[in-house]
Amino acid sequence: MNLNQLTIKEAKEGLKNKKFSSVEITKACLERIKNIEPKLNAFVTVTEREALESAKKADDLTSQGEVLEAKPLLGIPISIKDNFCTIGILTTASSKVLENFIPPYDATVVEKLKNAGAIILGKTNMDAWAHGSSTETSDFGSTKNPWNLKRLPGGSSGGAAASVASDEALLGIGSETAGSIRQPASWCGTVGLKPTYGRVSRYGVIAMASSLDSPGPITKIVEDSALLLNILAGHDQKDATTSPKKIENYTKNLDKNIKGLRIGISDDYFKGVDEDVVLKVHEALKLFGKEGAIIKNIKLFDPSSSIAVYTILQRAEVSSNLARYDGIRYGNGREYFGEEAKRRIMLGTYALSAGYYDAYYKKAQQVRTLIVKDFNEAFENVDVIIAPTSPSTALPVGSSKDNPMFGELADILVEPSSIAGLPGINITCGFSRDNLPIGMQVIGPQFAESLILNVAYKYEQQKPFYRQRANL
Amino acid sequence: MKIDINHVAKLANLPLNSSEKEKFEKQLSETLTYVNKLNSIDTKNIEPTSQVTGLENVVREDEAKPALTQAEALSNTKSQHNGFFKVKAILE
Repeated sequence: MNLNQLTIKEAKEGLKNKKFSSVEITKACLERIKNIEPKLNAFVTVTEREALESAKKADDLTSQGEVLEAKPLLGIPISIKDNFCTIGILTTASSKVLENFIPPYDATVVEKLKNAGAIILGKTNMDAWAHGSSTETSDFGSTKNPWNLKRLPGGSSGGAAASVASDEALLGIGSETAGSIRQPASWCGTVGLKPTYGRVSRYGVIAMASSLDSPGPITKIVEDSALLLNILAGHDQKDATTSPKKIENYTKNLDKNIKGLRIGISDDYFKGVDEDVVLKVHEALKLFGKEGAIIKNIKLFDPSSSIAVYTILQRAEVSSNLARYDGIRYGNGREYFGEEAKRRIMLGTYALSAGYYDAYYKKAQQVRTLIVKDFNEAFENVDVIIAPTSPSTALPVGSSKDNPMFGELADILVEPSSIAGLPGINITCGFSRDNLPIGMQVIGPQFAESLILNVAYKYEQQKPFYRQRANL
Repeated sequence: MKIDINHVAKLANLPLNSSEKEKFEKQLSETLTYVNKLNSIDTKNIEPTSQVTGLENVVREDEAKPALTQAEALSNTKSQHNGFFKVKAILE
């Protein structure tokens, strides 16, 4: 096994026991990046020199006996999605508007990762401004799926998921507004955790839809995601929407018995879903049944209405957030926006314009209330909800072209829970006939991260699909 | 559904060429048709949800803390003058 193929858990153990150094893992990742990036295009920027310098410093700290408890990611090479501000490192959100933008500050998430000792390998590709579910709206070319280069990685955190699935990085930091962590994690065969809205700070993340944006980790195994949430979660004075609720030790209850756990499934979440995907999710549910969980049929709000709500809320908030890009203080002028961003700004501006606000934005916000209520009621009868993450496996390159609703249709099964601000986790539950990963999601009530991590972990212990590697 | 695309482009401060206008007009109208399915959902007397955190009136102590230096704040601009952002004249 090469060092770049390690999970964070394995890398931490090896570093602690001095089996290898951070410089060695970092070099292995950089070597992998050098070899496959021409085909994959998961990175917008690779920070080779800085990464090696930080790795050397990490090794020095280790030799000085720095306690790993204080720096839980000391010496671990990671990738960061290009919408997180990184001081001194180009941050583009994959848009030409920001092709020269060097942030003078770090996002809170980045600051926390640095404090934890992580080594930043570079910034990953995404749909421009996170608008999409394919990375095809990136102004710097789309990323390809490591399992099949003729397929899409999903998005918007497609570069992040591809960097982890292809062993370029041990961890990819992503962000999700409605699907952007879970859907690419599903298509690339990785674990993707979307925390409760407000659990992880948005400060320094280039805003997409502010009432939904949630940063989170994309990892190889569930335990790594739990470890990351321990580092990233918490109240931040710089983001007033972060919760003051106490953070838990998310690695503590991973192996808890799930006997008697009530799992809800809804028919509407299996409608129009690929046969292979339905089959594998049902197999997983059977396994949960064997473990003593109780599977209950529930009725949830029609997901196709949720995507209508999301379409309005997201476009409206985008048009407002992207109004700040005027080319005066930083970045290029508005003529540099790509087609997808322009289309979304236009729809949002229309929906918020005089005479239409009530019909669109307010109406969508009212239906949002109903969706929140619907989930609250569902969670009176079940502990978690399980569903496919995406209706399909990775679609062919070019699929999103000239389809303004591509993202919404690809994300139909993740948008409802995002609208309600719920946490969700994607985990691989098998492979299709053409050897593409299939993902299922576990959704929980707000702040039930420990529970959904526990459920995903229990499954992963039985079915360690993460051991299968993309042959690239 | 008819959309005044020039008016919306002006509100959005977006320079669009004629083929973009034509394309967006058609696509926006299609998307709105999809979104209109929400009209079949009864939302009478339903409060709108603008955020889901349950937090209200979040405040903090108003303390002076170190912030970006002037040089840092100006580090990404293409146009500055005597330590200020330089913009085109707004008023004649």
